[in-house]
Amino acid sequence: MDSLDTLARWRTAQIAGVLVIALLALAAPLRAAEDDQIIRKEAWSFTGPFGIYDRAQLQRGFLVYQEVCASCHGMHYLHYRNLSEAGGPEFPEAAAKVVAASVEVEDGPDDQGEMYMRPGRLSDAFVSPFQNDQEARVANNGALPPDLSLMAKARPDGVNYLYSMLTGYADAPADVSMAEGMYYNTAFAGHQIAMPPPLFDDSIEYTDGTPPTIDNYAKDVTAFMMWAAEPKLEERHRVGFRVMIYLIIVAGLLYVAKRRVWSRGAH
Amino acid sequence: MAHKSNYVPQSAFEKWLDERLPVVRLMKDQFIDFPTPRNLNYWWTFGGILIFCLIAQMMTGIVLAMHYVANESMAFESIEHIMRNVNWGWLIRYTHAVGASMFFAAAYLHMFRGLYYGSYKAPREILWILGVVILLLMIATSFMGYSLPWGQMSFWAVTVITNLFSSFDSVIPGLGTRIVQWVWGGFSVGNPTLNRLFSLHYLLPFMIAGVVILHIWALHVPGNNNPTGIDVKRSSEAMPFHPYYTIKDGFALAVFAIVFAAFVFYAPNYLGHSDNYIPADPLVTPTHIVPEWYFLPFYAILRAIPSKLFGVIAMFGAIMVLFVVPWLDSSPIRSLRYRPMLKLFFWAFVVTCVALGYLGAMPPDGIYLLSARLGTFYYFAFFLVVLPVVGRIETPTQMPGSITEDIMSKERRRRAALEGGAPAGAPAAPEKR
Amino acid sequence: MANSNSTVDAVDDTGRRDFITVAAGAFAAIGLGPLVWPMLDQMNPDASALALGSVEIDLAPIDVGQAITIMWRGKPIFIRHRAEEEIQAADVTQISALPDRFARNLNLAEDAPAVDRNRAGEGHENWLVIIGICTHLGCIPRGQRVGDTKGEFGGWFCPCHGSHYDTAGRIRRGPAPRNMEVPPYKFLTDTRIKIG
Repeated sequence: MDSLDTLARWRTAQIAGVLVIALLALAAPLRAAEDDQIIRKEAWSFTGPFGIYDRAQLQRGFLVYQEVCASCHGMHYLHYRNLSEAGGPEFPEAAAKVVAASVEVEDGPDDQGEMYMRPGRLSDAFVSPFQNDQEARVANNGALPPDLSLMAKARPDGVNYLYSMLTGYADAPADVSMAEGMYYNTAFAGHQIAMPPPLFDDSIEYTDGTPPTIDNYAKDVTAFMMWAAEPKLEERHRVGFRVMIYLIIVAGLLYVAKRRVWSRGAH
Repeated sequence: MAHKSNYVPQSAFEKWLDERLPVVRLMKDQFIDFPTPRNLNYWWTFGGILIFCLIAQMMTGIVLAMHYVANESMAFESIEHIMRNVNWGWLIRYTHAVGASMFFAAAYLHMFRGLYYGSYKAPREILWILGVVILLLMIATSFMGYSLPWGQMSFWAVTVITNLFSSFDSVIPGLGTRIVQWVWGGFSVGNPTLNRLFSLHYLLPFMIAGVVILHIWALHVPGNNNPTGIDVKRSSEAMPFHPYYTIKDGFALAVFAIVFAAFVFYAPNYLGHSDNYIPADPLVTPTHIVPEWYFLPFYAILRAIPSKLFGVIAMFGAIMVLFVVPWLDSSPIRSLRYRPMLKLFFWAFVVTCVALGYLGAMPPDGIYLLSARLGTFYYFAFFLVVLPVVGRIETPTQMPGSITEDIMSKERRRRAALEGGAPAGAPAAPEKR
Repeated sequence: MANSNSTVDAVDDTGRRDFITVAAGAFAAIGLGPLVWPMLDQMNPDASALALGSVEIDLAPIDVGQAITIMWRGKPIFIRHRAEEEIQAADVTQISALPDRFARNLNLAEDAPAVDRNRAGEGHENWLVIIGICTHLGCIPRGQRVGDTKGEFGGWFCPCHGSHYDTAGRIRRGPAPRNMEVPPYKFLTDTRIKIG
């Protein structure tokens, strides 16, 4: 009796839905990276609605961070306790304690009013390599190595960008004149980056049989940075799945109920 | 209010209460029995959706304020604390951030609905004006909220937008600068600015809630408009709000919630800017300063005008012009269903708004700037020229005499279609049962 | 099509409509619980508060009769270097004289009796370590500093509502219902303890 009308309404609803999504979808692609930056798309275990982190990869990534990045870059939103928390690299707590204890943390003042150094604890934040930005600049030729806690979210298409940048070092083309102390990088905006190439084949020892190549180091440390920036991703995907199932059932039930209620009232 | 109350107090207590504070009567009359046109389509569900959005933003916002620190050296860190340490903090913050976008998406669709079906025309002018007031408050609130994480985009958005006031310098020299310093509480955007933005961001939603109550009041005096734009003439043309529209709004809300949840759980940062994950740095401006998507059309208008002062005037004018829409439209017919000429102009206007949104994110030069200028011209021309003129020159199509007649003619067409086989081009109709 | 037998349909419709409507309403209502829970749970101690670890204290500088107060998890911890007569006084007190007969020592079983050796550590009777919060309404009792009133039993005295604690931190008189708690701690060396 109301099929035509219902159809018209359905079409209206569909148009509404499409419009909402189109309006929203309009926003993001407008902010793509610079055209001449070469960004390689990699398949990551954590993308998609069911994505989760690859524990072994995060553990290897942490190793790369520790051995290479940590000498210049801090990650001060991470705490040592995070290393053994669910949804991350999930190191055994004992291992996380060892990592924490291997750094010196400033504490105090003690009874004499002096600050003192003590071994790190699980509750401590990652210790940054420099006291402040000025010290970091002095040690790095005037360039400031940024904190990496949020780096994977702080660049457009963050993970692919970081992976491309870490693997994007190349010899400068003949027509490009490089500034003093800068390195050519195909993924970096402007192609001149102050960070020397950080990764070399065989420079870090992997114990799980993963080939020790620049490509793997870059991939692993990028995944680690993604976890550092978004440590609740797995929980988000898990809760999201349940919420979506619930909402779809509720919408279905309400639709049937709405048809029932209206079928009587329409006469 | 327009209809007779059906409320009969059941118990002695209800009777006692009803004589002193008839809230139960008010709720029953206005939200259960309220006579609502029976032909409202799904575009009419956004009002309910918007109330949901406001409540969701206020609830998540109050919770976030329990953990957020409005201090320039701690704001960014406190957001990360919420994301990492607070129980469910990531969910609450992402819901709040995505919620702002969903709020605007629903509000814009609600407004286009009002424009298309002439819901701003007598006797609903005040209803429309209150809606525009709500839009202004929403803009102010979301802008202030966006500043609170104190990331790079937050900081520079505040800097750029507050500097708009300096355009008054070209009216009275020094006036703009004085205003800007007053807004900042200093000589640059800093801690006093952040604190007042937080205070006002907390205050304004309550003002929105107040105006929303007036908005609903103003709706319930004349009652809903409907897709025909023809007033309800007999009681059979209306049905009680509950259960018919509660369940319809409920279904629409559930569908809306699916889109909302998809963003929160699977693309929470899709609508944001990566630059806002960099702490504010007063010494470095991001390469591309782009406002949130829902401000992009206004941003495009601002940049389309070469003069700073007139750019600002045009941007605010783009919203101010909405206030006088009820008096710009010269036609007595509400619904664009029966106004073929204005319908074309209307869709061109929708396309223009979307296009201005796109252009607002593009660099303001070359073809983009030219397009933005054309778009700005049409945006204002639609209101100031098209609405007054088209009503005088167009020939409306045949209108049904009443809502009932409209429903009957639809029914006749449907019967004819069933008897004569499915009309060409019609999608496979799901037969009832 | 269905119009000819609408009476039959109407009966059917009503039954099914009610069931479906109730089911939809009920299912929607079920969602409220999980919706409200994050709003409430966010007020619980967060991950950083839970992770706040332990503190280590060097006892060597504290002379007999002196006391220090340190902070652990935002709470004051009283550490008193008890004199021999204070230990004696606590030791001879009969359980029957105590309003609260349980030791309230987080290192021991819940039902451990409130004898002095269950309050101060075995072999370290001269050191009393307690959470310095009155069990009545959370004020901090006096008695830590020289010159403070220590109450009638030589321990601590809460100025808020007049609770008297003895030299083992046990409630003796006044409105407080329980003995002051002993936090989890252990001796690392003879003069060094770790709380938490």
